[in-house]
Amino acid sequence: MIDIDVQKWLKGSNGRMELDINLSIKEGSFVSILGKSGSGKTTFLRILAGLEGARGSIHVEDKFWLDKKHSIHPRCRSVGFVFQDYALFPNMSVKENLLFANKDEKLACKLLKLTELEQLKDTLPTTLSGGQQQRVSICRALMRKPKILLLDEPLSALDMLMREKLQGEILELHKTFKTTTIMVSHSPNEIYKMSDFVALIEDGKVKKYGSPKEILLKTSGSQKFSFRGRILDIYKADVLSVAVIAIDNQIVEVVLDSNEEKILKVGDSVRVSTKAFSPVVTKVC
Amino acid sequence: MQFDFTPFLLSFKLASIVSIILFLIALPLAWWLSQSKSKFKPILEALSAMPIVLPPTVLGFYVLYALSQNSPLGAFVENYLGVKLVFNFYGLVIASCLYSFPFMLQPLQNGFESLPKSIIEASYLCGKSSFQTLLKVALPNIKPSLMTAIVITFAHTVGEFGVVLMVGGSIPGETKVASIAIYEFVEMLDYKSAHIYSAIMVAISFIVLLLVYIFNYKQKNIGFLR
Repeated sequence: MIDIDVQKWLKGSNGRMELDINLSIKEGSFVSILGKSGSGKTTFLRILAGLEGARGSIHVEDKFWLDKKHSIHPRCRSVGFVFQDYALFPNMSVKENLLFANKDEKLACKLLKLTELEQLKDTLPTTLSGGQQQRVSICRALMRKPKILLLDEPLSALDMLMREKLQGEILELHKTFKTTTIMVSHSPNEIYKMSDFVALIEDGKVKKYGSPKEILLKTSGSQKFSFRGRILDIYKADVLSVAVIAIDNQIVEVVLDSNEEKILKVGDSVRVSTKAFSPVVTKVC
Repeated sequence: MQFDFTPFLLSFKLASIVSIILFLIALPLAWWLSQSKSKFKPILEALSAMPIVLPPTVLGFYVLYALSQNSPLGAFVENYLGVKLVFNFYGLVIASCLYSFPFMLQPLQNGFESLPKSIIEASYLCGKSSFQTLLKVALPNIKPSLMTAIVITFAHTVGEFGVVLMVGGSIPGETKVASIAIYEFVEMLDYKSAHIYSAIMVAISFIVLLLVYIFNYKQKNIGFLR
C-alpha cells in the first residue's frame, strides 16, 4: 500500500485553506483525482513528487518519502511526473529526452514503439504536435520505472480524437508496466474509462473516495438519466416554455412546466433527469 | 608613423581573462540566485549590481586602497606571494572583474529565470542533481543569454576607462589599454592617432554587437526561446 497523510496551508482564491489529504492507495492501481480548479489537486501531486514541501508522511513500499524529520529529494523518490506543459527538454531529441532519464536503450525503443513515436525519435520536441509531445512526456516519465506515475491533466490541451487515442495508450502502458498511477482530470468520461478508484477533492480535503461507479454516477431512485447542466436560454414557444441547456459539450432543449418556469432562470446550474423511461440506444457510425 | 597595436592587444588580453574568470564565478551564483527563495537574495542582488550605478572612480578608489601596500590585503599578498597588486596587470584584472561582474551575472540570471520551472523540475525527477541540471538542461537552453553575458562582459571590459586609470595608471605594455591610449593621444593633441584608435574601437564594438544580435535572432527562430 501507499499511505499518504499530508497537510499544507495554501493560499487559494478564497483566502487561506488547509490541504489535508489522507489516502491509502493499492499498489498497481489507477487513481483519478477529481475536483474544481483551486481545490489543491496539482499541489497534492507536487507534494507527492517532492516538488513542494508539506507536513505529514508519505510511505511507499517500506520507505518513507516524507516523515516528521526527513523529506527525500525529488530525484530520489522514484516518481514519474507528466506536467501540464509537457516540460520536454528543448535541446534534446525525442530519444535523448528519454535516455536523459535513464540510459536504457531497450526500454526507450520499447516505449517509443508502443506509442508509435519510432519515426520521430531524432526530432526536436519543439517541432512535434501537442499529442506527440504528450506521448514523449509520458514515455520519459516511465523510463525510470517509477513506483508512482503522476499525471497532471495530461490530456486537457488535446482535441477529442487525440484524447481518446491517448487514453487508450496510457491504459496500455499502465497495464504493461503495472505502475501505480495518479491522474488529475476534469473529464468524468476519461476518469470512468481509465481509473480503478476516484478521489473527489474539495477545498483541500478528500470528500469521497471509491470506485468510479460510486463517485461518478449521480443517479438516484428511479431516475435513469441524470446530467448536470447550465441554462443558456429560456424562450416561449406558443404556450410552452423551452429551456436551452448546455450539458458538457452538447446543447439540448427541454420543455418546462409552469412551476419550473417560475423557479428557473438563465445561468442556473441544473440537473436534468428523466424517470421511468426506457431510452432507445442507437449506434452512431 | 608606425602603428602600435600593443594597447589593443592588452585590452583584448585583459577582456579575455576577465570574461573567463567572471564566467566561472558568476555561473554558479546566477544559477543559485535564479533558483533560490532565500531572504539574502535581494541583498546579494543589490551588492552585485552596485558597479552599474557607482562612478568608476569610486570603485577604482576603493580597489586601489584595498590592493595597495597600506591595506592588510595588499600587504599580505606582497609579503607572502611577492606580488604587487596595483599599477600592474594583476590589479587591472581584479578591478575589471569587480567592475564587469553585473554584466556577466545579470544576463545569466535572467536567462535561468526565463526557463520554464517545469523543465528544471523534470530534470530533478529524471534523477539529476542540481549541477547536472545546470550543465545538461539549463545552460544549453539559454544560449542567447550565455552569448550576451560573455560578449557584453568582454566588450564592457574593453571599453572601461575610469577604474583602469585609477588602479593601473598608464604603463605602456602593462596597463595602457586602448581606451587610455586614446585619452593620452587627445591630451597630447595627437588627433590623428586618436581618430584611428577611436575608429577601430567603434568598428570592433559594432561588429561584436551585430554578431550577438544575429546569433540571438537565429536562436529565436530555431525555437530555443519561448
